[in-house]
Amino acid sequence: MTIAFPQPDKAVLARRREIVEGLGRLVASEALIVSEDERRAFETDGLTAYRRMPLAVVLPSTTEEVSAILRFCHENRVKVVPRGAGTSLCGGAIPQEDAIVLGVAKMNRVLNVDFEARTARVQSGITNLGISQAVSHEGFFYAPDPSSQLACTIAGNIAMNSGGAHCLKYGVTTNNLLGVTLVLLDGTVVEIGGEHLDAPGYDLLGLICGSEGQLGVVTEAVVRILRAAEGARPALFGFSSVEDAGACVAAIIGAGIIPVALEYMDKPAIQICEAFAHAGYPLDVEAMLICEVEGSDQEIDDMLRRIVAIAEPFRPKTMKVSQSEAESAAIWKGRKSAFGATGRVADYICMDGTIPTGQLPYVLNRIDEIVKSYGLGVANVFHAGDGNLHPLVMFNTNVPGEMEKAEKAGEDILRLCVEVGGCLTGEHGVGIEKRDLMTCQFNATDLEQQMRVRGVFDPGWLLNPAKVFPLEGRFAA
Amino acid sequence: MIVDSPRHTPRDEQDASVIIREAADKGTLLNVAGNGTKSPMGRPNQTDASISSSGLTGITLYEPAELVISARSGTPLLEVMRVLAAKGQELPFEPMDYRALLGTKGDPTIGAVAAMNISGPRRIMAGAARDSLIGVRFVNGRGETVKSGGRVMKNVTGLDLVKLMGGSWGTLGFLTEVTFKVLPKQERMATLVIRGLDDRQAIEALSMALGSPFDVTGAAHVPDRDRRGGNTLIRLEGFRISVDYRMNELKRMLRRFRFMDILEGVGAEALWQSVRDVTLLTDQGNRAVWRVSTAPTRGPDLVAQVAQSLDAQWFYDWGGGLVWISTPVDGDAGASVLREATRAFGGHATLVRAPAEIRSAVDVFEPQPDALMTLSRGIKASFDPAGILNPGRMYAGV
Repeated sequence: MTIAFPQPDKAVLARRREIVEGLGRLVASEALIVSEDERRAFETDGLTAYRRMPLAVVLPSTTEEVSAILRFCHENRVKVVPRGAGTSLCGGAIPQEDAIVLGVAKMNRVLNVDFEARTARVQSGITNLGISQAVSHEGFFYAPDPSSQLACTIAGNIAMNSGGAHCLKYGVTTNNLLGVTLVLLDGTVVEIGGEHLDAPGYDLLGLICGSEGQLGVVTEAVVRILRAAEGARPALFGFSSVEDAGACVAAIIGAGIIPVALEYMDKPAIQICEAFAHAGYPLDVEAMLICEVEGSDQEIDDMLRRIVAIAEPFRPKTMKVSQSEAESAAIWKGRKSAFGATGRVADYICMDGTIPTGQLPYVLNRIDEIVKSYGLGVANVFHAGDGNLHPLVMFNTNVPGEMEKAEKAGEDILRLCVEVGGCLTGEHGVGIEKRDLMTCQFNATDLEQQMRVRGVFDPGWLLNPAKVFPLEGRFAA
Repeated sequence: MIVDSPRHTPRDEQDASVIIREAADKGTLLNVAGNGTKSPMGRPNQTDASISSSGLTGITLYEPAELVISARSGTPLLEVMRVLAAKGQELPFEPMDYRALLGTKGDPTIGAVAAMNISGPRRIMAGAARDSLIGVRFVNGRGETVKSGGRVMKNVTGLDLVKLMGGSWGTLGFLTEVTFKVLPKQERMATLVIRGLDDRQAIEALSMALGSPFDVTGAAHVPDRDRRGGNTLIRLEGFRISVDYRMNELKRMLRRFRFMDILEGVGAEALWQSVRDVTLLTDQGNRAVWRVSTAPTRGPDLVAQVAQSLDAQWFYDWGGGLVWISTPVDGDAGASVLREATRAFGGHATLVRAPAEIRSAVDVFEPQPDALMTLSRGIKASFDPAGILNPGRMYAGV
């Protein structure tokens, strides 16, 4: 429990009744959650070790209601923590005692799909998978696919600029977003972008994406939808060393091949996943790659042949090219169950740094050393093509001090990612989890420029105020 | 600009920082430029001096296996492209070369590609320059050196100032170094050419192609001068066997549009270059050129409305989502008609080429609602409180 929260503003806490009454005048009674029991469902998110009970929770149904709520909070100096589905792994949606939670989950409709222009306009509380489901009957999909896609909302995806396993080919949220309806803190509703590409003026859409709920609340989004490939099939390779696996990744990309997914698992991850999913993974290898390509059968065959030829000089101990849907499903089953399977054998925290892929072997060896030095274990599963690591640092909550050790190890790993030229977070966001590490990646001037931009939208630090920027040294203009 | 106004060419970031800090102290307005090949674009502005990236050259990092390249902002774009090509790679977004359209000479810089978010036909598949721009270093209007993003392609650490710098036309900071994600150059390129379609039929064909699973990387329509037909171009890129397969499927899918040819090799490359660089409209002498972005399916309606009131010539890129329109330079060069059309059909229009008097008199960029302009002015002030960097180049007060 090492992450600090700001002291709640006592004056605001004292006004709780008045604030709740004020909100009650703006939305229907069922949209306002006041009782402690019901508020408890909103006191944390995917970073469950931390929780704070909010003043109240409000779940509006329209952009107009969001506007009225924000205007009210602005006028009454009440802090607001925006929330999608609450799946953030970095604590992006964790409230604080003197803040209300503004959840967009009720606003979950598809407003319009234009297959010819390949766009969909949706309310921001729709789930990521919900968008794909709404367009799949025409063979289309929404490309970014975070692991939480069943539950997470597009609002949260925009706030975190979420990625997924397929971004090597399709990009992340910011590359698939065309427009938003954004409600500013004073209640002003603005349209940014639209059904066309590249909005005029400053790239406000690019700024909003990944701003972690600090600049406004997105109530609608226009996203690109893509026609799905005819098919996809993976190959699996097991290597006797981390170095061979890393060199194979570099060789595939160096040969001009961009697989739609290129996933890496280390030995502990393979063993944990195999025990859980019985995917047929090799247990005698140090590292494993899953490399998936897309297209027609003949394109896939051609591409997988090339990839096998590239992999051979690295002496893979196992090489399995999927020949059927069933084999593909088996190969993916293990990888996709990685987080759940690890959760069965230990408590864990999931890190999210990105590194230059050339540093892969060095960083993996160092991660191993770091985690061992704290007397803990680690399993590594990650997107190898783009260097986005997900070390799962394992610990036992019931052993006093172990969680703190895991957090410390995680911190050391993230510092290492920055040291080798990478960054603190590739797709999960900063939230509270990495807030106090921002100074390893950015100097004071870098952070000041970011805070000045933040200040244009929220000079009083009312929107998701405990996040992203270290609590010390804050300013607005 | 005053003829003999001082021209600063900093040799490094620190130099740039000193120059800009001094200008901020004195209130010296700076024209921010590379090699000036796009100086006849944007709103003409009055400045006291200029600062150019031409002294900041050189590739600072290139890791082909990591698909990343960094260069100082004044590095010639052609040098970056040459270095990438030597390793079989390229900038995914196919940046346009404005020199033919604007009648300028010199070396376009990689910094300008970032600062103006310059893309080409592959934008529909691979994104714009802003989508590949993953890191920047710049000096803001206070003379402070700031970095955002980095050299890794997945990075959500902090506010994305990289996006703000991309397409800000030098009004927020003086870029010193830019980092782009790159991609392998494809083994083979083939173009399906359909002849004789009018605008609506052409956009229908392009929409079908873009809505197919065949990864179309270029979708343009060039009407004939008599407007009775034209060439509709659909480009595929990839490994040989894959392009063969997809081309066959595409032809089958589009068979009701008869008159089809397949174009490959130098001729096809030249054709796409003419789409990219808008040279299809450069031979039209002294005419204004507009760049209009709209929803692809609304392109033909927007053009039809414009053509009712103006003597216009045009062609489509991005499956109909980008329309290049040339208009006579009389009066407002068609600004009021174009803006009425973008209001009616959605999207935005930029006056890319016109005499300075016209660019001073009309809005060069699509006017924005008050709330967005207020945010834009706030953002400008947060980077450049003295308002000395390219003031007014995009919008008044920005």
